[in-house]
Amino acid sequence: MIRKRETKTQELIRRFKYNKSAVFGLILILILVFLAIFADFIAPNDPTPSPPELENSLKPGFWSEDGIEGSPLGTDMLGRCILSRIIYGARISLSVGFVAVGIALALGIIIGVTAGYFGKWVDSLLMRIVDIIFSFPALLLAIVIVATIGQGLDKAMIAIGIVYSPQMARVMRSSVLYIKEMEYIEAQKAIGSKNLRIIFRHVIPNSLAPVIVYSTLMMASAILDAAALGFLGLGAQPPTPEWGAMLSESRLYIVTGAWWAATFPGIAIIIAVLGLNLLGDGLRDILDPRLKT
Amino acid sequence: MEKTQIMKAKNVKEYFPIRKGIFSTVKDYVKAVDNVNFFIKKGETFGLVGESGCGKTTLGRTLIQLIPPTNGTVYFMGNNLSDISKSELRKLRLHMQIVFQDPSSSLNPRMTVKQIIGEPIKINSKLKNEEITQKVLLLLKTVGLDEQHMYRFPHEFSGGQKQRIGIARALALNPDFIVLDEPTSALDVSVQAKILNLFKDLQKKFNLTYLFITHDLSVIKYISDRVAVMYAGKIVELSPTKELFKKQLHPYTIALLCCIPIPDPKIKKEFIVIKGEVPSLINPPSGCKFHPRCPKRMPKCKEIEPELIEINNEHFVACHLYP
Repeated sequence: MIRKRETKTQELIRRFKYNKSAVFGLILILILVFLAIFADFIAPNDPTPSPPELENSLKPGFWSEDGIEGSPLGTDMLGRCILSRIIYGARISLSVGFVAVGIALALGIIIGVTAGYFGKWVDSLLMRIVDIIFSFPALLLAIVIVATIGQGLDKAMIAIGIVYSPQMARVMRSSVLYIKEMEYIEAQKAIGSKNLRIIFRHVIPNSLAPVIVYSTLMMASAILDAAALGFLGLGAQPPTPEWGAMLSESRLYIVTGAWWAATFPGIAIIIAVLGLNLLGDGLRDILDPRLKT
Repeated sequence: MEKTQIMKAKNVKEYFPIRKGIFSTVKDYVKAVDNVNFFIKKGETFGLVGESGCGKTTLGRTLIQLIPPTNGTVYFMGNNLSDISKSELRKLRLHMQIVFQDPSSSLNPRMTVKQIIGEPIKINSKLKNEEITQKVLLLLKTVGLDEQHMYRFPHEFSGGQKQRIGIARALALNPDFIVLDEPTSALDVSVQAKILNLFKDLQKKFNLTYLFITHDLSVIKYISDRVAVMYAGKIVELSPTKELFKKQLHPYTIALLCCIPIPDPKIKKEFIVIKGEVPSLINPPSGCKFHPRCPKRMPKCKEIEPELIEINNEHFVACHLYP
C-alpha cells in the first residue's frame, strides 16, 4: 500500500523535474523562503535602526566608488540598509501571500462547493453575489475594505483575501460541477451516503487540484496587490520593511539620482511574482486532471 | 401487486425542465421517460434496449430513486416508493444498487479498492475495521479478484477489473435488485463475456434480480429473460426474450433486430434501414412517436397514441397494427 503511494508521488516528482521553468520557479521561491526564515542571520544590518542614521542617507552600493560599506545595495533616505530591508521584506511578502490566499481559499472553497454541489437557487444566489464583488476592480475594493476596517498589514491581508475569494469560488464551483456528475458520486447516493459525507470525502478531495494550482498564481497577485496597498500607504505602515511600501517611500528620490532605493525592492517583487507564476504554471501542467489521461 | 413482482412502474414519467432567460422560467421539458408501465419479476433479468438518448438510462436511475420520478409511482418489494418516509426510503434504497457503464468514472480515483468497497458497509453498519476488511476480501473473491488488489488505486486496474470492483461495491449491501447500466459497453468483447458470466453466477448465488440496460442486442439475447424495447421515452414492445427474437411485432423492433449480424457470410440479409433521425425528446411527434420513421404508418398513427397491450401470452406491443 505504502509502496504504491510512493510511486504515485515519485511519478509526480519526475514529471515536475522535466518542467524546467517550474523547477526554476520553485528554486526562486525556496530562496525567498530561506531568506525569510533566516533573515536574522543573513541580513547584514538592522532593517529598522532607531534612531535613523541620517548621515548615511541615500548612499549608493557596491557599484559606486563612494558606496557605503556594509550595505551592498545602498541605503534609503533614512540611511537604512536596502539589502537588509529587502531580506526582512521577504518575510512580510511571503506571509501576505500565504495568509491572503489562505483566506481566499477557505472562503472560496466554502462558497464554491455550496454553490456547485447544491445548485439551483443556492447557486444562483451565491454566484450573483460573487458577480457583484467581481464587478469592482480588485484593488479598488481592497482599498474600500481597508478604509472600512482600518489600515495596517493584517487588515490589508484580510482585504486581499476577501477580494480574491470570488475568483477562488468560481474555480472551485466549476471544478465541483464537473466532479459532481461523476458516477462515483451517484454510487455514493445509491449506497446511502449523506450529503456532507459525499462533499467532504468525495467531492472536495477530487476538485482541489485546479484550486491549488490557481492559488499559487493568486499568491503572486496577492503579493503585488499588497505591495500596491503598501505603495498607497494603506498596507504596511512605516517603518515595516514591506517591498511595496519601500518602493513608494523611495520613488521621489529616483529623480535626485538615488535610483537604487526604489529599484531593488521592485526587483524583489518581480522575482517573487515570477517564481510563483512559473511554479503555478508548472503545477497546473502536472496536476490538472484534464491534461492527464 | 403480486408477490412475484419485485418492482413495478406505474405511469412513470421523468421530465427534466429546460430553464431559460434571466428568471430561469421553465420553457419546456425533456420528456426522457414518458408514461412507462411495466413490472420486473423476482429473480429474473429484465433487459431494456433502445438507441442512445431514448431514456433507458434515465428510467434505470428513476426506478432506484437516484432521480425521483416527476410523476407516477414505483413499487419496490410491495412498497410505494413515493409514499413512504425518507428514512424508510433510505433503508429500502440499500436493497437497490447500480453498476455503471464507465468503470473509470464510477470509482473515486483517490480511494483504495478497500475503501471503495468497504464504504457502503462502513456507512450502514457498525462493524469494526477488521470485520470490514474481511467482508471486503470476501467480496473481492466473489467477483474474481483477490487480496493483492485490496490496497491499490483504481487507475492501476484494467477496465474489466474496475468493473469487477464496481460490482463488488454494488454487492456489498446484499441487494435484491441491481440496475446494470450498460455494464459491458465500455469493455472489449472477451472481457464482456467474462463479466456477463459473472453476472449470471452472482444471480444464481445471491438470488438477484437485474434490470439490464444496453443497446447491444446480442448481449440482451444472451443474458435476459424478458426484454422491453424503448423508443423516445416509451416502451414500444415487451416480451420474453425467446419470443421476441423469434417474432417481433413493432416495426421499430423488427428494424432493430434485423441489424444483428449473423456470423455466416452465405446468409444474405435484407437490412431495413430506419430513415430519419431520433425524435427530439422536447417536442416528440404526435400520436405514435415512431410514425415519422415508420415504414408501415397509417393515418391514425399521427393522431392517436397506441397503448401497450398484450397480444400473445406476455407479449406486449404499442402499435396500431395490432391486434
